Amino acid sequence: MTELSKTQAAVGEPTATSPAPTAFLEVRDLKVHFPTDDGLVKSVDGLSFQLERGKTLGIVGESGSGKSVTSLGIMGLHTAGQYGKRKAQISGEIWLDGTELLSADPDHVRKLRGREMAMIFQDPLSALHPYYTIGQQIVEAYRIHHDVDKKTARRRAVEMLDRVGIPQPDKRVDNYPHEFSGGMRQRAMIAMSLVNNPELLIADEPTTALDVTVQAQILDLIRDLQKEFGSAVIVITHDLGVVAELADDILVMYGGRCVERGPAEKVFYEPRHPYTWGLLGSMPRLDRDQQERLIPVKGSPPSLINVPSGCAFNPRCPYADVPKDDVTRTVRPELAEVGSRHWAACHMTKEQRERIWTEEIAPKL
Amino acid sequence: MSENAKDEAVASPAPSDGARREGVRGDGGILLKVTGLQKHFPIKKGLLQRQVGAVHAVDGIDFEVRAGETLGVVGESGCGKSTMGRLITRLLEPTGGTIEFEGKDITHLGVSGMRPLRRDVQMIFQDPYSSLNPRHTIGTIVGAPFRLQGVEPEGGIKKEVQRLLSVVGLNPEHYNRYPHEFSGGQRQRIGIARALALNPKLVVADEPVSALDVSIQAQVVNLLDDLQEELGLTYVIIAHDLSVVRHVSDRIAVMYLGKIVELADRDQLYKAPMHPYTKALLSAVPIPDPSRKAAKSERILLKGDVPSPISPPSGCRFHTRCWKATEICRTTEPPLKELRPGQRVACHHPENFEDQAPQDTVLLSAAKEAAELVPEEELAESAKTSAAVAAEVEAAGQAPAADTAAAPVQESGRKSGQEPGGKSTDG
Repeated sequence: MTELSKTQAAVGEPTATSPAPTAFLEVRDLKVHFPTDDGLVKSVDGLSFQLERGKTLGIVGESGSGKSVTSLGIMGLHTAGQYGKRKAQISGEIWLDGTELLSADPDHVRKLRGREMAMIFQDPLSALHPYYTIGQQIVEAYRIHHDVDKKTARRRAVEMLDRVGIPQPDKRVDNYPHEFSGGMRQRAMIAMSLVNNPELLIADEPTTALDVTVQAQILDLIRDLQKEFGSAVIVITHDLGVVAELADDILVMYGGRCVERGPAEKVFYEPRHPYTWGLLGSMPRLDRDQQERLIPVKGSPPSLINVPSGCAFNPRCPYADVPKDDVTRTVRPELAEVGSRHWAACHMTKEQRERIWTEEIAPKL
Repeated sequence: MSENAKDEAVASPAPSDGARREGVRGDGGILLKVTGLQKHFPIKKGLLQRQVGAVHAVDGIDFEVRAGETLGVVGESGCGKSTMGRLITRLLEPTGGTIEFEGKDITHLGVSGMRPLRRDVQMIFQDPYSSLNPRHTIGTIVGAPFRLQGVEPEGGIKKEVQRLLSVVGLNPEHYNRYPHEFSGGQRQRIGIARALALNPKLVVADEPVSALDVSIQAQVVNLLDDLQEELGLTYVIIAHDLSVVRHVSDRIAVMYLGKIVELADRDQLYKAPMHPYTKALLSAVPIPDPSRKAAKSERILLKGDVPSPISPPSGCRFHTRCWKATEICRTTEPPLKELRPGQRVACHHPENFEDQAPQDTVLLSAAKEAAELVPEEELAESAKTSAAVAAEVEAAGQAPAADTAAAPVQESGRKSGQEPGGKSTDG
């Protein structure tokens, strides 16, 4: 990556509140809460980030950290669905290419969905309709946004299937989803989401359901297509290997909030949040010599109804007592700059974090 | 399964411990020995439910598990690894082959015949949500093995169950709780406690951590490690995650379409994989290191999908996707043979070793297509290492090994008079 492209890359200053976004996609203080019988589930609780065209943002976190809820929030799919009789409560701002989506007319957002922004889902078998052929589904996605006849749309569908590497696309276009293998279904999903040349592509665990050799094919495909189409891509995953392959910037989520974000190299080589350390330590790695033991994070992820007070990670953090005055248990840490374009939400001082990383964590990884 | 491979397996009971690391686990005797194991699931059609075909889920595999070691089994979905796990725990009836546990043939034992053995062979399941009965308390679940086997532990079942719960890192006071009150990681611990209740000798774990989050996964992996050390357990761990398998295993079997294609000591397998499929599988794992993003070229992409196990390809099952496949690969099935101490491979043209069928040099057309997806450097390197090893082997005067290696080629009406060498680069 050149110095120039770095300066105009995906993640910017998170605290800005002025209503003139310069980035292609800007999310400000996004909150998605779901009222339930047990209480308010704060799935996403104040998330901000920016993303430029042609860049990839990787969102990493464990199950229940709010990754997928964020992506559905950007796509505007929460207000459409009802949860019992109660809707999701969404606040904040989502700016896509100069348009604020949360306050926009739902009809307008519907026009953008699929055309400006598209999504690849985790499980292609449940995301594709079993009653319609692959071709019909892609044609439908194309004709909603383009006033063309069926023949033209079909040609476009075949072209897209060919582009994503499906053999004999002119025959396969008339197959049903069950006639495709897992990898091919995911390719068909990608073809469908790219048929309108969207500028923002959200891939929610795009390879989790796939085998490792197929995963390699799909990751290569996503990377090549991004180069070709120049879209902005958000990859949501729990697999740090996948993010490392694709992402320019990484956002680590925990308990519905961002705990660390910055350029991929920074987050991997100089992580500044204990949770990121925990993730890196609990992962067996093929590129290193055998570790004697993994270093797991103790405990389990927090309930989103009763997020621990103070820093949400404090009950599992081995360094919760490093900052003075019990501040980790009472005050919620805000994202603070810890390096150029690199933020972390932790109460420890810069010196403390750097010392712990270099002396205690890095040697064990 | 060719006779050749069977003989090989019988003739080599743990021959090569010299090459293993010092203080390694698994130097005990052979606990489990599997020979020519097969499982075909019939496909029935029509009114009369006539059998029209079969899914060759496991199609002739040989391996042994030594007491105290961990054998990892890896492969993609549909390669038969879970079926294999269910066969050796006798949850499924094998179609052919034999399974010996501590020297006793258990291949066709019935339910009552297996009952005493169930104490010694236990299983940990993949999904901690569906493998625990939601209407039973943890005490009932973990205590069930004692009741079923009629074992009365010292101090009573309840006390023993509470001890087990604390062994796996759960609070003994959770005795009266129900599974839904626990998180995924905790449930997996309950499953482990149940498997350990009767002090088994062999524990078969089918994807024990794949349903868990990364941070929890590490907790469970460490727990399995500790328990093995404390209780001297023998594990067969089935998983698709190659980095987890490397972390937990002493030896690793790689499966493809119902066959073991490579079975080797862990370090050898990861440092110098000999089967092209193993090599492709290893290269496909995404490495959590952003500086490798540019190094995309290192990766070997496989063409297409795994063929159907209903009608697996002839000869070597990998030949439809292999970039080194030649005529012999299509016609003759390569036997699983020990090419290097502690490393058994089923391949005519192995990587990092001398060619087993050097006379056969013309690539199949499918292989030429597949080779386009393999980085140039990889091809060059593999040709180089193969040549180097061949020279080394000749210099060491191990002619007998080379003779037996060439044997299957002579049987198989090979094409003669083709240009020697440079086979893997002429794609």
